[in-house]
Amino acid sequence: MTVVQFTLLATALFSLGLYGVLTRRNAVLILASVELMLAAVNVNLVVFDVYLQDALHAGQIFSLFILAVAAAEVGVGIAIILLIYRNRQSADVDQLKSMRG
Amino acid sequence: MNAFITVATQILLAAEEEGKEIVPGITEGPIVELAWLIFVVPLVASFLIVFFGKLSPFKGWLMAWLSMGFVMVYGTVLLILNWTEGVVYYDQISVGEIGSFVIEWGVAVDGLSIMMYFLVGVVGFLVFTYAKGYMEGDVRYTWFFASFSLFAGGMLILVASPNLIQLIVGWEMVGVASYLLIGHYWEDLENVDAANKAFMVNKVADAGLFLGAIIMAVSVGSFRFNDVIDVVVRGEAGMLSQYAFWAGLLLFIGAMGKSAQFPLHVWLPDAMAGPTPVSALMHAATMVTAGVYLLARLFPFYFSDMFAGDVRDIIIVIGGLTLFLMGFLAITQKDIKKVLAYSTVSQLGYMVAAMGAGAYTAGLFHLFTHAFFKSLLFLGAGSVIHAVHSNSVDDMGGLRKYMPRTFWTFIIGTLALIGIFPFAGFFSKDEILASMKYAGGHGQEIANFILVLGIAGAFVTAFYMTRMVALTFFGEYKGHGEPHESPGIMTWPLIGLSVFAVSAGWLNMPGIFTPFTDWVATRVPLIGLGDHHPESFDIPLILIVTPLALLGIGIGWWLYGKDRDTQAERDSFRIPGLWPLWQNLYYIDDFYMAAIVRPTQGPIARAVLWFDLNIVDGVVNGVGAASQVLARATRWTDEDIVDSVYNGAGAFTEASGSVLRRNFTGRVQQYAAFGFLGVVVFAVLFIIL
Repeated sequence: MTVVQFTLLATALFSLGLYGVLTRRNAVLILASVELMLAAVNVNLVVFDVYLQDALHAGQIFSLFILAVAAAEVGVGIAIILLIYRNRQSADVDQLKSMRG
Repeated sequence: MNAFITVATQILLAAEEEGKEIVPGITEGPIVELAWLIFVVPLVASFLIVFFGKLSPFKGWLMAWLSMGFVMVYGTVLLILNWTEGVVYYDQISVGEIGSFVIEWGVAVDGLSIMMYFLVGVVGFLVFTYAKGYMEGDVRYTWFFASFSLFAGGMLILVASPNLIQLIVGWEMVGVASYLLIGHYWEDLENVDAANKAFMVNKVADAGLFLGAIIMAVSVGSFRFNDVIDVVVRGEAGMLSQYAFWAGLLLFIGAMGKSAQFPLHVWLPDAMAGPTPVSALMHAATMVTAGVYLLARLFPFYFSDMFAGDVRDIIIVIGGLTLFLMGFLAITQKDIKKVLAYSTVSQLGYMVAAMGAGAYTAGLFHLFTHAFFKSLLFLGAGSVIHAVHSNSVDDMGGLRKYMPRTFWTFIIGTLALIGIFPFAGFFSKDEILASMKYAGGHGQEIANFILVLGIAGAFVTAFYMTRMVALTFFGEYKGHGEPHESPGIMTWPLIGLSVFAVSAGWLNMPGIFTPFTDWVATRVPLIGLGDHHPESFDIPLILIVTPLALLGIGIGWWLYGKDRDTQAERDSFRIPGLWPLWQNLYYIDDFYMAAIVRPTQGPIARAVLWFDLNIVDGVVNGVGAASQVLARATRWTDEDIVDSVYNGAGAFTEASGSVLRRNFTGRVQQYAAFGFLGVVVFAVLFIIL
């Protein structure tokens, strides 16, 4: 297994996540796609941590932080989306245009 | 002061050894220590009338009248004390210092000033009484009495002054009050001109007074009269003796202005523009007596040959010219008050000439008696004017039938002025003329000449007074309406004054009864030194003067008194040759107008106009234009720079906002796409660079 394969995996994951974020209409799925992108970043961090033989394992530890922050983020995000849904009976981001300039 | 008292006492004791009883009895005690009330009370009354006059009883008259009553009573009490025991008291407090000169305010209570207190008090009281009747219904009744009290108060400050500074203050207060009173009817330009003229002429003379006072103060080191006299009496050679001529001459110029001596007499006849009570007081007890009073105050200074002795020659000549020349002008006047005014100028000439001849007592005695009969004559003239509503003798005539009280008192005043025995003027005029014989020294020749003028003046006085009485009270009435006797409040003061006009002369009968000499001469320490007064009546002189006066009356009556066919011809007699000269007042007024007033008035007016139009207006307009320019610049900065910055910032923000707002579609995914694009761009840039 080479580092290239891992980076390709991470790239694939990130691209999938990006695609999901830009194309999905359901806010929940966008949130899920964001998780994919974060996972891709985590993969990259862990891979390069191992690859670069970091004595402190900063990559791995940083990925743990990201996991924690991502969990919190999902919690807040889901709560917001639920509130939006409750107010609007929809979680379609195309209809959330009240911020238009 | 102590040195003065010492010298005074020595001289008094020396005089006492010679057998004269002169040691003053009263030098302390409340009666003299409170004498400052004499001038404070009228001034307080004046200020109270200004502020509360209209609220007070009789619209302020009562206050003025009571204050003059107070002065009269106080003056009379002091006069009686001075008569019986003798009063000498000087007190002064320091009110400030200029370098080493102490400015003091105080009160002098000696025979000279007591005589003036009495005179101002009595004449003032009677004139104020009269004024209530005369001024009844006047537009500025209250204001009149405020100024009138100020006038009397200023004169009292002047005569109460123990030093030159306070004298100048009183002097100027009298000047200001006279200005206010002469211009009382300021609606007529003529009266305003008269007031200005009086003020200006007096100011010219006042310049002399100020300079004289300064020279005097610098040479003596003090403004006090007593210090000056102290130096004179000791005969100290020094700065004062060096500059005495100039100090004496300049002070005399000041006296010439107030006492209306030729050639500064021009203001006095015009001062007739004021209400008649003002003329009565001005010509009798106040204002015109100030100059004579100043000469009397400094008499030893003028008398001593070591000091201003030379000025005496000038004084006697000026006095002589005044008494002689001005009498003639009275002959030509139609205005009853102007006849009296020129008469006053002439009589003041007698007083000044007496002072110049060294006849201190005689001069003051004439001042004293003249005050009574001249105020009597003026009040009588006022009573006539009140009845016929005109000043001109052309509108009078035959008034003796309508106004018996005024007529008889006027006759008494006339006889007193002419100097017929036993009326007051006889004694005082005779004493002046008799004193001229004793001028002594190098002044004797001049004095002899002035004596002749004085005798001639007695004739002229009789002539013009007879003319006026004849035209006013005899013949047929020529005016309008029915004249009537004035009310009691106006005639009683006339009667009161006529009592004095008859009897005041008896106070100084040489060799018989001479209390007046004691008051003003012997009992005033030192001032009367050198005075010479005749010890007995000068019979030959009387035998010349009295027939001359009677001749004047006779000729006057012959020319003006008898009934002609038509009334108009009664005043037709004209002395050939001299008449135009007199009618035009010796062209002195014209000369002043042509030589001084117009040449200064015109250029000054033009210069002031030019200055006003060019400099003052230029400055004002310049400041205006400059602020306009400044304002424009400020506006330009504000509107074009400051505003455009803010507007520009606003417009830019608005424009950029309206452009950028299109990017903000509200679509979150679009934003995210842009964000990703940006990251890609940065990533590419990062890789490339």
